[in-house]
Amino acid sequence: MIEGIIVSGLITSGVYALLAVGFSLIYGAARIINLAHTAFYMLAAYFIYILASSLGLNAVLSVFLSVAAVTVIGVLVYMFIIERVRAHETTVLIVTIALAIIIQEVVLIAFGGHFLGTSALIPGFATIVGVKVSWQRILTFGTVLVILVAAWALLMRTKLGVAIRATAQDREVANLMGINVGRIGMITMGIAVALAAVAGALVAPLFTLTPYMWMPPLVMILAVVVLGGLGSIKGSFLGALILGFAETLVVFLVPEGGYLKLAIALTVMLAVILIRPEGLFGVSFEEER
Amino acid sequence: MISILTAYLGRAYREFRDEVLVLPSKVLLVLFCLALFLLPAITSQPYVLRIVILACIFGIFAASWDLLSGFTGQLNFGHALFFGVAGYTSALLNMHVNLPPGLTIPLGALAAVVAGLIVGVPCLRLRGPYLALATLAFPLILTGIIYIFPALTGGERGVSGLDPLSGSRLIDYYIAAVLLLGLGFIMWKITSSKTGIIFHAIREDEVAVRASGINTTRYKLLAFCLSGLFAGIAGGLYVHFLRAASPISTLHILVSFQVIIWAIFGGIATIYGPIVGVFILVPLTEVLSIFPVVSDLRMLLFALVILLVLMFMPEGISTWVRDKVEKECPRCKIRNIATRKQCRVCGAELG
Repeated sequence: MIEGIIVSGLITSGVYALLAVGFSLIYGAARIINLAHTAFYMLAAYFIYILASSLGLNAVLSVFLSVAAVTVIGVLVYMFIIERVRAHETTVLIVTIALAIIIQEVVLIAFGGHFLGTSALIPGFATIVGVKVSWQRILTFGTVLVILVAAWALLMRTKLGVAIRATAQDREVANLMGINVGRIGMITMGIAVALAAVAGALVAPLFTLTPYMWMPPLVMILAVVVLGGLGSIKGSFLGALILGFAETLVVFLVPEGGYLKLAIALTVMLAVILIRPEGLFGVSFEEER
Repeated sequence: MISILTAYLGRAYREFRDEVLVLPSKVLLVLFCLALFLLPAITSQPYVLRIVILACIFGIFAASWDLLSGFTGQLNFGHALFFGVAGYTSALLNMHVNLPPGLTIPLGALAAVVAGLIVGVPCLRLRGPYLALATLAFPLILTGIIYIFPALTGGERGVSGLDPLSGSRLIDYYIAAVLLLGLGFIMWKITSSKTGIIFHAIREDEVAVRASGINTTRYKLLAFCLSGLFAGIAGGLYVHFLRAASPISTLHILVSFQVIIWAIFGGIATIYGPIVGVFILVPLTEVLSIFPVVSDLRMLLFALVILLVLMFMPEGISTWVRDKVEKECPRCKIRNIATRKQCRVCGAELG
């Protein structure tokens, strides 16, 4: 029981962390609340279904291909659609919801509404302190950790990372310092979508695929980024751990927990932000005028 | 006697000619009201009336979102909360206490005002995206609470078999139409009053408003409560019209998103914009679902329409049309029809 909670809590948290970091990055660098974020995650999962399950490609290759394809789609969407309406903050919301619905409907038409499952990218089990854990889960959690560390290093240790953080802090001054904020926005969108795609590619064998699978994680990562503080990787990771485990505990311990997991996770989020309105590690953005 | 009457009529006619006929937007508004009242004379098909009744109810709902989010800029992602609280309050009072709809709807709206206070107070400390994302949580938490007490609330399936609004489709229609126009007018008046100007100012620059000695907290709370009131009336009407209330139809996250879609599609910070959005998108969705061929593509087409319209008219359809047919005088800020070369009031050259 406890082992089960820990294993699935870690997986859930890891996936939420990957999604939330990307969401938070693109909000920081371009002030876009991208409600289509998890739609890209779903798209990557379906690409894995095509490549690995239907075409029978090699696991690593299909992950790379699907992440690349989704990233390209994300950047194109940013360039041709989101960039045009970026100045109108509320319009961005609707445009991204519309995008998510379009992706959902295209997937629905292409694959139908029934549940799909893909086989594990790496089959088999490992035994860790007496618990059987599938390699797929270990792979998922390991990749999540590696990717998160890589994202942290990118943001903190490279020139590009400095540019992204500068743009997030103050767009105008960043522009004056010679940073091409438009291009930074595009690159950040690429990184964010790539993170979402990695998450989608990894969970494809663990979860069942449906065209509606983007909605529950979307609400969850919205809660995670608010809890952890928008724009903070550390915050997103911690927020994902808290909410991921809250969700898993409810599912395991409460009867009919499936119905309640969202409500309880959101109550946790509300309790935290009522005490700390900018989230756990929120960079308090200067009031923009 | 007759001369007084004709004098009044003459004055009314001149007012109408000078104030309404000079502006295309006002002419459109008058035509819309006329069409709304005369529609039952043209068709008595229950299906058509049903669509328009739903559009009227959703029109009130979307306009109430605009009153809060469009004007004060406090983005509310969980507007379904007000709809659902009022809907469920009305439904439960009707089911368990047997109150008539005439009482349950106002009581439901009152409950939504209280919900506005409950949501508003904690949310006042939050800003911008934090506020938006926190408000998203409330209807989902309420959904969880509803699932915990299935005996009282009907759980996932909700409650059904409520008293109808009036019993006759035609009377339902006029109740909805009159309420849409009446409440829409009240909301429009609120936004053009001093309070409305302060709401607008809070969105533009909250720091400056505070610096002018205005308690912005109080005004934001007022906006939450007013918005809750109107959304609550819509929620009560909705459950009594459909005679059922369920978490999916009143509290689901898509209800919250839907109202934002209508409002932004129509044009925010106008009150009439969201109503325009509803009256375009609701019938559009229905028409698309009639034809069997496009029925599967309905949601896709719906989303594509929204995407394309907003890409070319990012401020919404009604604002875009208004700016095409009317120009604002640079000197006296009075609106003029776009074909005029000079302002109709002060005679200044229009650019």
